[in-house]
Amino acid sequence: MKWLKVCRKDEIPERGGRAVLAGGSRIAVFRLSDGRVLAVEDRCPHKEGPLSDGLLTGATVICPMHHWKIDLESGNALPPDCGCVKTYEVKVEDCIVWLRL
Amino acid sequence: METKKKLVMIGNGMAGMKAIEEIIDINPDLFDITIFGAERHPNYNRVLLSSVLAGEMTVEDIILNDEEWYRKNNITLHLGKPVVEIQRGYRKVVAADGTTAAYDCLVIATGSKPFILPLPGVDKEGVITFRDIYDCERMMEASVRYRKAAVIGGGLLGLEAAKGLVNLGMEVTVIHDRKTLMNMQLDEVAGEMLRESLEEQGMRFRTSTLTKRILGDDRVRGLEFEDGSRLECDIVVMAVGIRPNKDLAEGARLFCNRGIVVNDYMQSITDPSVYAVGECVEHRGKTYGLVAPLFEQARILAYHITGQGLKTYTGSVVSTKLKVSGVDVFSAGDFEGNGSSDTVMYLDRKGGIYKKIVIKDERIIGAVLFGDTADGTRLFQMMQDGTDVSEQRSTLLFGNTMLGDAGHSGLAQVSMMSPDTIVCGCNGVTKKMIEDAVVKHGLTTRKEVTGCTKAAGSCGGCGPLVDQILVSILGSSFARSANAMPLCDCTELTHDEVKEEIRRRRLLTVGGAMRALEWKGEGCDTCRPALNYYVQSIWPKETSDDPASRLVNERMHANIQKDGTFSVVPRMYGGLTTPEELMRIARVASEYNVPAVKLTGGQRIDLLGIKKEDLTAVWRALGMESGYAYAKALRTVKTCVGSRWCRFGTQDSMGLGINLEKMLERVWAPAKLKLSVSGCPRNCAEASIKDLGIVGVDGGWEIYCGGNGGVRVRVAELLCTVRDADEVMEIAKAYVQLYREDAHYGERTSVWIERVGLDRVKRAVVDDPQSRSALAARLDEYIETLGEDPWKARIREEEERPGMKPITIDARAVNE
Repeated sequence: MKWLKVCRKDEIPERGGRAVLAGGSRIAVFRLSDGRVLAVEDRCPHKEGPLSDGLLTGATVICPMHHWKIDLESGNALPPDCGCVKTYEVKVEDCIVWLRL
Repeated sequence: METKKKLVMIGNGMAGMKAIEEIIDINPDLFDITIFGAERHPNYNRVLLSSVLAGEMTVEDIILNDEEWYRKNNITLHLGKPVVEIQRGYRKVVAADGTTAAYDCLVIATGSKPFILPLPGVDKEGVITFRDIYDCERMMEASVRYRKAAVIGGGLLGLEAAKGLVNLGMEVTVIHDRKTLMNMQLDEVAGEMLRESLEEQGMRFRTSTLTKRILGDDRVRGLEFEDGSRLECDIVVMAVGIRPNKDLAEGARLFCNRGIVVNDYMQSITDPSVYAVGECVEHRGKTYGLVAPLFEQARILAYHITGQGLKTYTGSVVSTKLKVSGVDVFSAGDFEGNGSSDTVMYLDRKGGIYKKIVIKDERIIGAVLFGDTADGTRLFQMMQDGTDVSEQRSTLLFGNTMLGDAGHSGLAQVSMMSPDTIVCGCNGVTKKMIEDAVVKHGLTTRKEVTGCTKAAGSCGGCGPLVDQILVSILGSSFARSANAMPLCDCTELTHDEVKEEIRRRRLLTVGGAMRALEWKGEGCDTCRPALNYYVQSIWPKETSDDPASRLVNERMHANIQKDGTFSVVPRMYGGLTTPEELMRIARVASEYNVPAVKLTGGQRIDLLGIKKEDLTAVWRALGMESGYAYAKALRTVKTCVGSRWCRFGTQDSMGLGINLEKMLERVWAPAKLKLSVSGCPRNCAEASIKDLGIVGVDGGWEIYCGGNGGVRVRVAELLCTVRDADEVMEIAKAYVQLYREDAHYGERTSVWIERVGLDRVKRAVVDDPQSRSALAARLDEYIETLGEDPWKARIREEEERPGMKPITIDARAVNE
């Protein structure tokens, strides 16, 4: 595991997400309204919808496919749905976003 | 410092206070208000005096505005100080105790006085009128000491007084000069039935009887009639009618006839700084004694005195309900009829039900209902609207109640009423106002509804109807209308409330609106797009789009598919294309290995399976505009070939379709908007299932609206027929703008029209040319704010816009 440089923070849309391809995995990084950046696997546990295209509210992303809500901190789908995605460690230093992979 | 104008009102009764309330409602800061009341009580509901007398209510129950209310509204209130003189030259009034008040505007609302028959002996102790709380108190006192009462006058007032006295345990005889009781409101049959019913309740009558004199020494002992017969009694209640109280006005040389003569703005015709309202007024030769027309006058007065302008009072058609428990009587308009009118009637004497409707030129001009008055409101509405009843004559008397199933007749009737049917004629409260209040404030009782809307607060006749409305809302949670539901779980507010707040408080951003309206959290995928639409549709020039509040399709300007790829549908105006365009599409499809090319239902071509990162390049290669196939916006205008090619075509449907699409392209709406234009009534473009469907006919165009071919099929309704294509364009503009302003976000035109009613749409778009052109102008203004085609914009901005392409991290770095 090591920290890898992803992009500048402002390359992620405000209150939005962006897809990151790293090796074989597809990761969604999100820029929250409180300034934090969080990352999860970019694949909804329901039907593999691209979470990076979802609507972001607080620390929850709503999948664009069938409106599942995924908590970005835990990676868990919110009730009534059930499921989870992998979460990734993120850090932001000098406006540069790093992912631990 | 700006000094306020001084408004003085003489009289503290219902009509005057209604005017003051309306004035404060319009602008609380316009006037310094001073009110003189001759009675010692604050403003109370005189209509309900009979209920106080009948012991059903107390004096406190019928107080409308307590003294605290006057204080809160900074009104100087002089109670128990009758004004004795108006000095118009000095613009001031003088009260009995010497109090004076200067005015800029004077409102005379002195009401009426009971008419006292000039009989020998009327000055004897025990002769009482029935007009104010004092009279009530005297009658109640009398009922403790005496047993026998005579009421002179078998009209509305007399019967209510008589009933009150019966309830107080007295033996009551009503003396009436005519054969028919309530002859001003009832025909002979209804009058007889009323008499029978009241006799069962213990009342006695002497009709067609004139009183000659009142017998007794100091105190009343009896009555003597013209035929020489006598009646023993201990009190006499004089209730033969009222006369406008115009003494003060006459003293001030304001022109009076039967009452104070006013113009259509409720101003004295002698002095424009003096207004008059209520029972003291004579307008166009008529005086009124019922509460509904007086309140109407009060509203007009308030409009004019506050400079709101142009509304005029043109007189009222009145309806009456008798407020005697156990007897339901309704009467309106010309209930007798004459040679040129005809009558529809139902009579069940044993069952105690009588209904009569007088019809002239296929319109209701009057009605009497006895025993079952549930239809009164509906009939009165039809009468005021001048509804053509030729088709409904056979069912008219059985009303909407026929339509419901057994046991639900009340509910069915309520649900049949249009939202703006007046439920409470006294206070001008509509069904919708009641419903909104019930939902907004979570009301559960009639009393709360009255407190909130004033419905059923005056004559109380509409109380049962208010109850039905409550039942219709609260009876089952399923019955809650979409109107009433909060926008989503993030707020308590409904769509309409949110829109109203955005408008009123000038909320310009999604975040700003959520903060101002105390949203829970950062919103959800229901409310964020709705708010984004509302702020932009309400403030088109002042706001900009919030991409973070758009769902993926509208953010990407393409349609996401099940595998995460997108579909691309370029615009083809009116479904018309060219060989060059088709070749370009073919080339792009082949170059980008587009897995599927399909014709859409909206007469265009769909390229499916395009990767997100290829979108911009595809758009660039196509060189066409976005078809908005992904958006809550104008989608397509489907056309048939029309008169350009078709041997049956009567109109140029393609030409009109293309023009409509060019006019409305990129216009966002509460939901997707599908149009079509057919060139002849064969209707090959299927106008009958479109949000707006145009059908060419010989010499014009028929315009249909509110159709839907999706989840729930709904056939479009005819909005209007126009002569030329320009008129179609104008109607289309107004219609689309009304929909944009009025509908809830996500609500298709079919649902919207079912909610608000086609009539409302017709009124705003067709019948009222001013409203139409204003709507069209607002759409034009909005269209001017629309930027360039979103695909072109993306192509231009691609370099600086993040987010389209995924970021790739070197795989070797990951695997190391």
